[in-house]
Amino acid sequence: MASLISCPHCGTRPKEEFFIRGDANPVRPAPMATDEAWNDYVHLRVNPRGRIREHWQHVAGCRRWLVVERDNFTHEVFAVTDAAKAGEGAR
Amino acid sequence: MRYSALSILKQAFAGNLGWKPAWREPEPKSHYDVIIVGGGGHGLATAYYLAKEFGIRNVAVIEKGYLGSGNVGRNTTIVRSNYMLPGNEPFYEFSLKLWEGLEQALNYNVMLSQRGIISLYHNDGQRDHYTRRGNAMMMEGVAAEQLDRETLKKMLPFLNFDHARFPIIGGLLQKRAGTARHDAVAWGFARGADRLGVDLIQNCEVTGIRRENGVVIGVETTKGFIGCNRLGLAAAGNSSRVGAMAGLKLPLESHVLQAFVTEGLKPCIDHVITYGAGHFYISQSDKGGLVFGAEIDGYSSYAQRGNLATAEHVMEEGVTMIPGLSRVRVLRSWGGVMDMSMDGSPIIDKTPIDNLYLNCGWCYGGFKATPASGFCFAHLIAKGESHHVARALRLDRFERGFPIDEAGAGTQPNLH
Repeated sequence: MASLISCPHCGTRPKEEFFIRGDANPVRPAPMATDEAWNDYVHLRVNPRGRIREHWQHVAGCRRWLVVERDNFTHEVFAVTDAAKAGEGAR
Repeated sequence: MRYSALSILKQAFAGNLGWKPAWREPEPKSHYDVIIVGGGGHGLATAYYLAKEFGIRNVAVIEKGYLGSGNVGRNTTIVRSNYMLPGNEPFYEFSLKLWEGLEQALNYNVMLSQRGIISLYHNDGQRDHYTRRGNAMMMEGVAAEQLDRETLKKMLPFLNFDHARFPIIGGLLQKRAGTARHDAVAWGFARGADRLGVDLIQNCEVTGIRRENGVVIGVETTKGFIGCNRLGLAAAGNSSRVGAMAGLKLPLESHVLQAFVTEGLKPCIDHVITYGAGHFYISQSDKGGLVFGAEIDGYSSYAQRGNLATAEHVMEEGVTMIPGLSRVRVLRSWGGVMDMSMDGSPIIDKTPIDNLYLNCGWCYGGFKATPASGFCFAHLIAKGESHHVARALRLDRFERGFPIDEAGAGTQPNLH
């Protein structure tokens, strides 16, 4: 994993300043959605090898939720965007 | 060839020219009764028990690299059954009992050393928790002992008892726990399976799972199509990728866990010791190196290497627990890809697809489970129903609301 993450608000920071929540792709279903939809959101993951999108929070900085796009095999980081800008609120 | 003191003696006089390879290297047949994907500890153990206990000998294990090239050779070799929850404890105790007879069963020295595991605690709350765990173990018939500070001081004088933040006030001991030589476990199961007629097919990657009318009929591999009646997946960190070949979406996320070994020292640490203030565990190998590790790095990863910051954190924990470690030099470190499940417990179950069986979600506790995992997976494949100690380890327990969450961390795979 790359040691440095470029926070869109704080600049390039060591990755230890961030909390990693996990896969950014599951979208929270509506409150009254089916059990299957909720199970899919809470428990099931595609877990691909390669390019992924993850939710990271800059807890030791701006405390904003970010979407980090990176490769989980080569550990290359492609892009870091604010979760709100990426069009999704964090959990 | 059966190994014995006599065979060593005979070979010594024969110039050691008579040793045979421990297993064959067969070309795949066109069809098997059972194919196991993954030639690691669990896959090899499954094949061995299928042949030995359940009489199914027309079996192939398909491995993309060499046998035991994954996590079975990349762990800290700890064997224990000090779990708390009813869904887990009987399973791990069954495993420990299999460990205790494994060398005789396999005719192979896996160097099981029941030196005991001591889990240290640092405050009243933690003591209560460990007491509860010890009681839970005893309710399943597993011996556990609570050690007070004075006893520990005599046993382990090198610990940092009076740390300002994390003083050591006691520990939970399981005497029957210990370590085993990890590679030998893979080799022993491989040799045992091979002797019973199982084909071990190395350097053969599964590239697809073929289905007909929804039912699994075989696998596409780099050595061509191989048919089977039943297919078992034991692909550890790559379970999601293999599962996706059959359209499965699993409750798993792959993470990297690091382990470390120091230069060889004279015997100094006689037990497996775990630190309650972090998640640090250490033991001494028979070669003298201190083998230790801590938690996963925390980010999704398929790379078998970790991050330096985590390495630093692990060293800090180690030195906090045993200050003398600061003068020991680390020789090597390595990483393995862990199939972290959503509750930190494994899955041995049928899938919604006919003829397809699943063994995954071992997080970073798979090594100790190797014999029971193989036994229970073989039981499931052979009989179509869960072994009674593994019946809680179901794939659908998440959607049904029956997770087995030892850590109480919730559905957050990087926190287990």
